[in-house]
Amino acid sequence: MSKDNMKDLFSKYLETGIRFDGRKLDEFRDISIEVGVSKTAEGSAQVKIGDTEVIAGVKLSIGAPYPDTPEEGALMVGAEFLPMSSPDFESGPPGIESIELARVIDRGIRESHAVDNKKLCITKGEQVWTVSVDICTVNDDGNLLDASGLATLAALMDSYFPEFDGVAVDYKKKSKKKLPIVKYPIPITVYKIGEKLFVDPSIDEADHYDARLTVTMLENDLVCALQKGGSAPLTAEQIDEMVALAQKTAPKLRKKLQGNKK
Amino acid sequence: MAYIKRHDGRKMEDFRPVEAKVGVVKRADGSAMFKIGDTVALATVYGPRELHPRFLQNPERGVLRVSYNMMPFSGQGDRVRPGPNRRAKEIAMVTEKALFPVLNLENYPNAVVDVMIELPQTDAGSRCAGICAASMALADAGITMKDMVPAVSVGRVGKQILVDLDYYEEAYDEETVADIPVALIPSTDEFTLLQMDGDVTREQLKEALEMGKFACKKIYDIQKQALKDKFAGDLK
Repeated sequence: MSKDNMKDLFSKYLETGIRFDGRKLDEFRDISIEVGVSKTAEGSAQVKIGDTEVIAGVKLSIGAPYPDTPEEGALMVGAEFLPMSSPDFESGPPGIESIELARVIDRGIRESHAVDNKKLCITKGEQVWTVSVDICTVNDDGNLLDASGLATLAALMDSYFPEFDGVAVDYKKKSKKKLPIVKYPIPITVYKIGEKLFVDPSIDEADHYDARLTVTMLENDLVCALQKGGSAPLTAEQIDEMVALAQKTAPKLRKKLQGNKK
Repeated sequence: MAYIKRHDGRKMEDFRPVEAKVGVVKRADGSAMFKIGDTVALATVYGPRELHPRFLQNPERGVLRVSYNMMPFSGQGDRVRPGPNRRAKEIAMVTEKALFPVLNLENYPNAVVDVMIELPQTDAGSRCAGICAASMALADAGITMKDMVPAVSVGRVGKQILVDLDYYEEAYDEETVADIPVALIPSTDEFTLLQMDGDVTREQLKEALEMGKFACKKIYDIQKQALKDKFAGDLK
């Protein structure tokens, strides 16, 4: 079946309000979050949405601050679409999709000031903690982005500083000090096929969408980052509808994440 | 101080606790998880599938292609920079050689069988864990094969010959250490992987290989059980 035919078929199904796998348009698959899945990381989390699975890990290291922010630590997010997770992913340098994903997650964390950067400063202008989050996909069954957003946040929340005696970092010993997380930005990607909007695409839906909008939500319904994708344009009304759907969905994911907080 | 007792209380011939599971990555044609102590390996198999570019195709037998990758947060110390390095490439190569003898690749002319090994956390012995996971994933994918390949590292710390060194033992600095990863074809008692860092006498090597053989056969039983667990489950 050609791509356009498939899209028509999806479109028809979405009109009925029920998708191929029986879900409603605003319904996520089952979500599970498990933290501490990698003992070598300072914090880690495995998130499953249906059969989609990602692992995020946090490493903390000491470096010099940027000259324009001498009192702030640094944060970086990287994503690897491992060839293990899909027959379509190939090994090699990061492709544009994994770069986009990492940057969208990074933007949500950065722009919401989720990590208190000032508390990452050890000595002003000289030593600060650098937080590296790495996202590794294990199985791609659609919606890697939202899964990665949850995994990143859960991994950050699971992170403890390693011991540091002023000279060297002892990665074997975790201190009791947690990474200072103050905001909890959750990315929700709303997809559009035909005139219908839905969340959490299966892999087939993810292969045939017209447009998507990732809306990163904070607790107080504030939007802290946006990213449009796909080839179809969006009207202001459609964007408003997409943000509303993200707003409606975010609390369910937030509840999952908070349920995980100890 | 002479290393007489192991720091985690194991006997010299004991490997760390093992967990094995098959079918852990749904999209792959075959997959497995193998955990030994704090070292975790995931392996997936895609294929047999078409091999590109075409000049790499072999009309006589399928090509086995292995990748080995440590996730950036899986090292004992600093973050591991993503992407292949010399170590990862060499391990992928020796893993290919370790698995190749048991595979009936002549059944898949012009095709490729891709094996990807990923490590979410490591505490030494990662290439052996990778080989164990990969053999199970190949069997799970239904690739025709003569046997599975269990693997374990054996070695020497001071005067003691022991099985499955962890990072503490590998990095033990009060006495000399030798680390010998091996892989075995249990049905023929042949080794398909043999490497060593450090030094041993001929007698010590002989003893180490015997211990390795014994440990591999125990691991082999665990691998088989994991496959049975999945496919017996499928029948229900």
